[in-house]
Amino acid sequence: MFGPLMINTWIAATAVAVIAGMTGFFAVLRGSTFAAHAIPNGAFAGAAGASLLGLNPFAGLAVFSLAGALGIAGLSRRARSDVATALTFVMMLGIGALFVSWSTGYAQEAYSLLFGEVFGISADQVRPILVLGALSVAAIGVMFRPLMFSSVLPEIAEARGVRARRMELAFLLIMALATSMTVPVVGALLMFSLMIGPAAAARSVTARPALAMTLSVAIALVTVWAAIAISYRSDWPLGFFVGVIGAGFFLLGRAYAAIARSARTAAARPAA
Amino acid sequence: MSIVNILRHIIEPGFFGSGPVHIALAVGTVIAITSAVTGVFTVTRGQSFAGHSLADISTTGGSGAFLIGVNQFWGYLAFGAGAAAFMEMIGIQRRRGRDVATGVVLGAALGLAALFLYLGTQYSTTTGATFTILFGSIFVITPSTVPALIVSALLALAVVVALARVLLLTSLSPDIAAARGVPVRAVGAAFLMALAVSVALSAMIIGAVLSTALLIGPAATALRITKGPVRAPAVAAGIGVAATWLGILLAYDSYYWPPAGRGWPVSFFVVTLIVGGYLVSYLRRPAARAEPVPDAEHACSAL
Repeated sequence: MFGPLMINTWIAATAVAVIAGMTGFFAVLRGSTFAAHAIPNGAFAGAAGASLLGLNPFAGLAVFSLAGALGIAGLSRRARSDVATALTFVMMLGIGALFVSWSTGYAQEAYSLLFGEVFGISADQVRPILVLGALSVAAIGVMFRPLMFSSVLPEIAEARGVRARRMELAFLLIMALATSMTVPVVGALLMFSLMIGPAAAARSVTARPALAMTLSVAIALVTVWAAIAISYRSDWPLGFFVGVIGAGFFLLGRAYAAIARSARTAAARPAA
Repeated sequence: MSIVNILRHIIEPGFFGSGPVHIALAVGTVIAITSAVTGVFTVTRGQSFAGHSLADISTTGGSGAFLIGVNQFWGYLAFGAGAAAFMEMIGIQRRRGRDVATGVVLGAALGLAALFLYLGTQYSTTTGATFTILFGSIFVITPSTVPALIVSALLALAVVVALARVLLLTSLSPDIAAARGVPVRAVGAAFLMALAVSVALSAMIIGAVLSTALLIGPAATALRITKGPVRAPAVAAGIGVAATWLGILLAYDSYYWPPAGRGWPVSFFVVTLIVGGYLVSYLRRPAARAEPVPDAEHACSAL
């Protein structure tokens, strides 16, 4: 399980979990989980297009995830953000369907883009993941305070000169960057599971931002490591375990929050 | 004479004589109307993500049913309704928590989808199934399921229409609704269930992508053009039906188009038409009315 063939898998998966934990934290905090679903999934159309033209799928993913981020941000200026996201997303998938229908014998490759191909990843593939991952982490590090501010208190942030629109765009662009790196590894569908489950679990345990984000990364790491180990042993798909373990952590977090709340109420009213 | 000739060019010969096209047009119309009317309330309530997720989740149910050899119809319905119940339970009422709850349920369901597809491909080598499930194919509906489909779609539509007045009130001002004795949460749950059924059916027939496009696109466009509680659903239904028909026609025409020579997908045409229509209404709207946050959203944020 820890042999030379698997070492790249562990490195790549760890990088993906760190970045998913961080971006997912903001996605959950801002309530923009739909964008977290739409950008990775829609970007898959770009990979389909790139393979049709014989280009590197990374390029296609990058172009389409950026286009998705810009589309969502652009349409959100004058429309509800969930509607903007939905329409950008279906348009990207519609184009993806067209690309797929044009190419021949693509189904297997598409499957691996949607569900990932984390086993058997090569050293060449790991390098761009690490570079893009470091970039995303750095971007989040630089923007942590204003992003946090505009996510939690948008009105006050706006009054203090933090432009909500610009922050939204910045957030979506980071999501796009993270996406073009992670989709070839874990797949579009799993990137989403890995972003939401751990971050939502962390959020229900603590409200302190730095702690919640650290916890979100930690849970994402545990989720992906456990999923790889079980998947390696059982031969069942990684995605299944990532999805189920992530949701399990969320339920645990919610249970913990409920117990903590009832303990607090009991402490506040000792007579009752 | 010349008009007939022009029409011959636009409409490939055989379009009206083809059995699959008849079924596609009939079923597409019913689905387009149901989706558009449900969509108006989905957009007003800000539940687009739930609407899309239910489509994805119900397709997971479809592949699960396929695995154990049950009629896919029930797989779609069971997973859609089950997911709606789950979302309702873990807090879809609050606006912000709602999308997170939706996301968690969707994440788990996508995991299951990966498993079902894996197990499915163990037994059969048709990787193309992945694709049909995601993107659907309106031309391969089996005629025997059509009556059951239409009845369930109309049932969902009837629930939405019956709830229309209370839904509108609870969507726009939940506090007033609660003060008037409207069971806000029960109404929300009933709507989510109707949404699940309507979306599950359309996902089964036309795939998750088109299902979301038909749910959100026509409704969002209609709400930009008009506001009336009767007019908006009517306009949305009109847009949905027009896009579906035109999309089917174009897909039929595209059979000999380059580069592959085997037709462009219906989903591409319908989605492009719907998004194009939305963009026209979006760009047309002058800046005066272009508040980034329409009033409905303020009302909804208290939900």
